[in-house]
Amino acid sequence: MGKPKLKKLHIRQEWCKGCGICIHFCPKKVLELDDKDKAFAARPQDCICCKLCELRCPDLAIDVEAEDE
Amino acid sequence: MAIKDYLRERFFPHMWCPGCGHGTVLNCMLRAIENLALEKNDIVMVSGIGCSARISGYVDFHTLHTIHGRALAFATGVKMSRPDLNLIVPMGDGDALAIGGNHFIHAARRNIDITAIIMNNRIYGMTGGQFSPLTGYGKLATTAPYTNIDHAFDTVSLAIAAGASFVARTTTYHARQMTDIIQKAIQHKGFSVVEVLTQCPTYFGRKNKEGSAAEMMENYKNITTPIGSKKSQENPELIERGIFVEKEMPEYCSEYKKIIQKAVKGK
Repeated sequence: MGKPKLKKLHIRQEWCKGCGICIHFCPKKVLELDDKDKAFAARPQDCICCKLCELRCPDLAIDVEAEDE
Repeated sequence: MAIKDYLRERFFPHMWCPGCGHGTVLNCMLRAIENLALEKNDIVMVSGIGCSARISGYVDFHTLHTIHGRALAFATGVKMSRPDLNLIVPMGDGDALAIGGNHFIHAARRNIDITAIIMNNRIYGMTGGQFSPLTGYGKLATTAPYTNIDHAFDTVSLAIAAGASFVARTTTYHARQMTDIIQKAIQHKGFSVVEVLTQCPTYFGRKNKEGSAAEMMENYKNITTPIGSKKSQENPELIERGIFVEKEMPEYCSEYKKIIQKAVKGK
């Protein structure tokens, strides 16, 4: 079993309220806020699929899909 | 089933403020339910009034949005008539321990098989930031502009003293632990209490200068420690988190069934 690889990091923009929790706690600094204050994956290639953003997101807006899923 | 299948997506985005910890509680609770592979029709969620109570509107289970503090009384009625269903009662700190304080201790004393989740944000958020029984001494609130002189309950000690057979505490920072604890609490046969420290950045955070939602969560990491850890012995000020009580005790509905059998014997 190798390192989990990201297939898709999907953020529902219409559900995101831009609280910044995902950005603050991402261990690899993958996420950023865009000009509308919505989170987006700025560096998806760095994602290690720990899924902490998905689990902590209070708006249930994040869906992390790893390649083996 | 994916957690999306447990949601009433038509009500999203939800009404909670940006960064409100209640959304994280909803998130982790749904993951616990998903791990247990529970059917939507086997779950009844009963809630009272407050920001926390709005959670029942967002889930596609059987849901009851009832009156302030009385969610446990309604849940007791449902459980007594349909003991086969899983009862989950999310409450705010004020809903559970002020307005519903009596319902709470007596549900715990009876050990009825209900999972009570106390979402403790230390404030009445929906009505404008009045202090709650868990705001704590020296803290600021809209109704305590010169600091609060009321002391807070220790929810865990209260639940243990009242006789709950499963008592745990966690925070929104510790999302994996929260999922795991809620899962165990639902599986536990008897009255389960899970206190979740959850941030209210809009009122409690702003009044007490605790910073952004993420900073408030960061603070949960710093002020809590696992039960019985070395850190906890060195610094008793730290709040312990984890499962405090998990014991088998006669459950109320099972005992009631036995009484019915006794009463109808020979008739």
